[in-house]
Amino acid sequence: MIEVKDLHKSFAGVEVLKGISTTFEKGKTNLIIGQSGSGKTVFIKCLLGLFPYEQGCISYDGKIFSELTEDQKRDLRGEIGMVFQGSALFDSLTIAQNVMFPLKMFTKQSKSEMEDRVDFVLKRVNLIDAHHKMPSEASGGMQKRVAIARAIVNNPKYLFCDEPNSGLDPKTAIIIDNLIKEITDEYDITTVINSHDMNSVMEIGEKIVFLKDGLKAWEGSKDTIFKTDNEVVTDFVYSSELMKKVRQMYIEEKQ
Amino acid sequence: MLYLHNIGTYFLMIVEMFRKPTKWGVMKQLILKDIDDLIIGSLGIVAFISFFVGGVVAIQTALNISNPLIPKNLVGFATRQSIVLEFGPTFISIIMAGKVGSFITSSIGTMRVTEQIDALEVMGINSLNYLVFPKFISLLLYPFVISIAMFLGIFGGMVASVYGGFSTAEDYIAGIQLDFKPFHVAYAFIKTSVFAFILATIPSFHGFYMKGGALEVGKASTTSFVWTSVVIILLNYLLTQMLLS
Repeated sequence: MIEVKDLHKSFAGVEVLKGISTTFEKGKTNLIIGQSGSGKTVFIKCLLGLFPYEQGCISYDGKIFSELTEDQKRDLRGEIGMVFQGSALFDSLTIAQNVMFPLKMFTKQSKSEMEDRVDFVLKRVNLIDAHHKMPSEASGGMQKRVAIARAIVNNPKYLFCDEPNSGLDPKTAIIIDNLIKEITDEYDITTVINSHDMNSVMEIGEKIVFLKDGLKAWEGSKDTIFKTDNEVVTDFVYSSELMKKVRQMYIEEKQ
Repeated sequence: MLYLHNIGTYFLMIVEMFRKPTKWGVMKQLILKDIDDLIIGSLGIVAFISFFVGGVVAIQTALNISNPLIPKNLVGFATRQSIVLEFGPTFISIIMAGKVGSFITSSIGTMRVTEQIDALEVMGINSLNYLVFPKFISLLLYPFVISIAMFLGIFGGMVASVYGGFSTAEDYIAGIQLDFKPFHVAYAFIKTSVFAFILATIPSFHGFYMKGGALEVGKASTTSFVWTSVVIILLNYLLTQMLLS
């Protein structure tokens, strides 16, 4: 479980996060949603320690991040997998080398053990015969799968995904969402996903934190988000015609 | 104020580069790749430029000797002095600031823009050690490039002198050997080693700390070339003052 208390972060005097408190539960897909500019990416980067924050507390299963020594932070980071918005695959390495990278850096496994593990995780994300391709030769969906494979290759306890289905077609986006959900259930990890995609919310949002202007505006799940009267949330959720129709159908069904 | 901040950040980057070393098995591969990219990949252009600039130095020297009392071996002597003292270490370093420097800045800058550096940091890797240290180590071979440049520059001078009819091979070789001071070669290699450090670190600094997108990668490459050249020229002056005067 990841606990966040009163997190504040500013850039050049402009406060981007204004005191966010929440928890991300183990074995669940926790979604952070909100409009562009609401502070989602800054929040996730603060959680990962990529951005220092001015005030607040982040703890990973009771370990307070800011109180850890450099070595302890490095150990903790070994338990974190991250899928970046643009996949962030290393251009100079093949797909197999990208996935093998964390194993090479942090384990003492033999080459054959590492190759077996790479084969296993690539198969797990439904990528077969892509080992020798360069990232530039892979499609957007394939790149996301490779990024997921790289993130889980070291059996992480925490998985972070920054807009994992941005730039993907709706069908591939659902496949990626479901893959993340399956992996979360299978390995019982704490997954935190940054998204503004309502399909993701409906598919995999077991816990949802809604951010607006650097503040937590609402917290709930995919079941409760459609029932909420919180105007800020309904404005966001029902912004498209499709979602307005879905809501209408929901209300009619209820009546 | 921004300049002071950048200078401070640059020195902190150098300190950080030596901390938390990357696993040797991985580092070895990175060093070999950088030797290939930065050293081997530069030999062609360095050889081409050195040979022809050496030829031009020899021709211009010969054409400026109108007094029959001045011995013909002066062409070889002047070419050697120009190549060993300035052309080899300084002129080639400026060219390398363009070729190698912009390659380093743009490759690291692109990694910054595409969040590959963030990916390294999330994994708990010291990204400065992973990215900059291998470049620093591979550029320790930079004096090898400069020695090739010196040889080809002097050889190019000889070819131009002999085939241009400005001097005989014997006169040119006698000129090369005339009043030879081994310290001049040592001075050239001291400068080269300092420039190698500059070539590895300043472009890395501009790539690593850049912000923005693709356009800013281009701007960072240009800025990196300008600052690398400025620092090389300034250090060239200081080192010459310290070592030769």
